[in-house]
Amino acid sequence: MTFDKKDLISIKDLSASDINYFIETAKEFKKISLKDIKKVPTLRGRTVVNIFYEPSTRTRSSFEIAQKRLSADSLSISVSQSSVVKGESLKDTILNLEAMNPDAFVIRHSESGAANFISKWTKASVINAGDGINEHPTQCLLDIMTVMEEKKEIKSLKVAIIGDICHSRVARSDIYGFSKLGADIYLYAPHSLLPRLIELKNVKIAKNMEEAVKNADIIIMLRIQKERASFYFIPSIEEYRKFFQLTPELLSKASAGVMVLHPGPVNRDVEIAGSIINADKTRIFKQVENGIAVRMACLYILLRFQKKNKNK
Amino acid sequence: MKKKIIFDDKETALILNNFISGILNSGIKFDNAVIIGIKNGGVPIAGLIKKAVRERFNIDCKIGYIDMTLYRDDPFSVKKSGESTELAFDIDDKEVILVDDVINSGRTVRASIDEIFDFGRPGKIKLAVFIDKGGRELPICPDFTGKKVKADKKEIINVNVLSKKKFVEKI
Repeated sequence: MTFDKKDLISIKDLSASDINYFIETAKEFKKISLKDIKKVPTLRGRTVVNIFYEPSTRTRSSFEIAQKRLSADSLSISVSQSSVVKGESLKDTILNLEAMNPDAFVIRHSESGAANFISKWTKASVINAGDGINEHPTQCLLDIMTVMEEKKEIKSLKVAIIGDICHSRVARSDIYGFSKLGADIYLYAPHSLLPRLIELKNVKIAKNMEEAVKNADIIIMLRIQKERASFYFIPSIEEYRKFFQLTPELLSKASAGVMVLHPGPVNRDVEIAGSIINADKTRIFKQVENGIAVRMACLYILLRFQKKNKNK
Repeated sequence: MKKKIIFDDKETALILNNFISGILNSGIKFDNAVIIGIKNGGVPIAGLIKKAVRERFNIDCKIGYIDMTLYRDDPFSVKKSGESTELAFDIDDKEVILVDDVINSGRTVRASIDEIFDFGRPGKIKLAVFIDKGGRELPICPDFTGKKVKADKKEIINVNVLSKKKFVEKI
């Protein structure tokens, strides 16, 4: 198995075997984080630039730690402290940074398609760390990795994705990723927050929480995205709580080995009851742990492709 | 590709025997030693050394394995495989017997030693290599060698010590 693309923009670009290759590599990299000295020299001398046009705790620190554990030189640009506030365009920002010869960009942007856009303007690899409401491929890979650690295969697992699906890049990437691996996906959300135009044969829309959750092997909960004005799409938070919150009672209807995932940040007692978060069914911290390994694997695989191509 | 047997079953067994005896008789204190095989070639030979130590001294040496891909000086030349390092014990102040089947440039050994130091600070490292192909590019010299063989850089030496008929071949 090899992966022959410069960038990781969308899960749609990955075949099922590509996904497995990323996960297999990530499993190896996870072991580095468990060592006493959590560092290997593999990416020494490579420069990675993280550009975050949106706030982030998990993804950004996860990428930074992944880069450090592989010995890459990295710098992170917060847009609030950059020339973007002086009016510089995304393209100009990238062209200027490109002149500094980085090997990879990690970008998060509020505009869907931003990662794809900058990949056209740089020779460096581009990793999409979330673009608007479009995709968040590394989150999908770490979700799949977390599931694969416990379930032998993804095929025919019932995966319920519940919450603000319309505005969720995680949901989009997860839908593509899990369906490529043969899972049966059930979506549930207020009508106004359901996506249009998802026409995959193993994706169904559930009629209520119970149908979505019943016998589910995996439940992925999503928050209401305040920053994307999701509140305008629902009558009130109270109503949302009543009809769309995952409660212990609902969770008991899921399959015995159910795993509850959440990409974070969690709004406690809105989309998920606080009592579930720290209980044994949730894998939220496992997801965070695996995130580092997945991002190490992505950097390694893409930079390896770059190096191989340069040698040709 | 042309294969040529350089040592047949009998010769290989003899070389192996002398090689392992050399290690056993060297005065290494096996009660403080650990054996580390370099993947993949060093793994079976490391196993044989462990077995010989147990038979002679009745000491069960800990055994570990190293996959040094991520420590290579050309980290992208081979793909990181599902093989991984297994060192599930403390190596601080231990005498490490680092084992591989073939030594050539010495770069694999360099990378392996680097990786070992990320797990702790061994007291000593001794290098035991079954076949010395020559062609060193780094100042690395094995403490124990089974046999020296003349071979071109491009030629591959294939060692098989586990099957019923042991052999060393040149490809």
